[in-house]
Amino acid sequence: MYCQVQDLDALDRRLIDCYQRGLPVCTRPFATVAERLGCPEAEVISRLERLQSLGVVSRVGPVFDHARAGASLLAAVAVAVAERDACAELINAAPGVNHNYAREEHAREEHAREDLAREHGYNLWFVMTAPDEPELEARLEALEVRLGVPILRLPMLEGFHINLSFPIPWAELERT
Amino acid sequence: MSVSICPSRPARGCNVQHRDAQGLDAADRAIVLATQAGLPLVPDPWGAVGREVGMSGEAVLERMQAMQERGVIRRVAAVPNHYRLGYVANGMTVWDVDDAQIDRLGREVAAIEGVSHCYRRPRHLPLWPYNLFAMLHGRSFDEVERQAAVLRERLGEACRDHRILYSSRILKKTGLRLAVRPEDPPRR
Repeated sequence: MYCQVQDLDALDRRLIDCYQRGLPVCTRPFATVAERLGCPEAEVISRLERLQSLGVVSRVGPVFDHARAGASLLAAVAVAVAERDACAELINAAPGVNHNYAREEHAREEHAREDLAREHGYNLWFVMTAPDEPELEARLEALEVRLGVPILRLPMLEGFHINLSFPIPWAELERT
Repeated sequence: MSVSICPSRPARGCNVQHRDAQGLDAADRAIVLATQAGLPLVPDPWGAVGREVGMSGEAVLERMQAMQERGVIRRVAAVPNHYRLGYVANGMTVWDVDDAQIDRLGREVAAIEGVSHCYRRPRHLPLWPYNLFAMLHGRSFDEVERQAAVLRERLGEACRDHRILYSSRILKKTGLRLAVRPEDPPRR
């Protein structure tokens, strides 16, 4: 389910465009935003509340740096489709898991693989975090025991660039 | 263990010996736990957080600023939910790229439109030969396929193979959360 972009007016869009990159961290942040946008502070607050309740803004708050906030890695397991939901529950319940996605490839002719031996089958992808590396490994090993399958460990070796924001093409969205 | 309250110059000086692996002391942790799901939308959010964790609003603000300076907090922002805006196709593209060229190509790929994250990760042969990850976001699978074709062309002969793994279901997405520890004081 997603929202109607038409329901977001110019001020809503400016709020998202300007402040997805960062709010001022000062005494009265919403008053500072209001001054920049030329509207009352109460309006900034009520609009952010509305954008949150529509789900367009998932939260207004701090974004933590994964790399500096302890240890984390991308992990994957290959499980039978029939067991996927049960495994997903075990993963979600494990301490330190903050993302968990079911992922699949879309079969297309040019992707049709004949060398099935090379099929990886990884269909559950999650991020595991911990305060430090030994605890991270301990959590992964404990989860492996519960799942009964090996976990693929894919730590970040280098981050080339992380786009802080994502320019939203409002007009284009309106047409689709 | 109770939260140590250091109303002035909190993040510099006091409690340094009790900082954890993230460089957070008990008061920082209390603030993170109280704010990571979102700030209260009120004129003085720091004061509201302070009342919850037993600190002054000024102390909360100073610590937020200090955590941002140290890079623990990347930014404080209105975080959009792109899925709700219609970006329903989320493709994790993975590429088997020549190690000798990956630094240059990784930077080039990261700059291509539609790529939100781009990382080098280890291969796990024989099943997993992919060492470059780029997240693509589109309003349709076709749009993601078109973006992937642009990446494929840029990588050229340095790329031996690639795949696109679409998210078919979001089973959990909470953003990075600090887990509550037994020694953390109860929230008020």
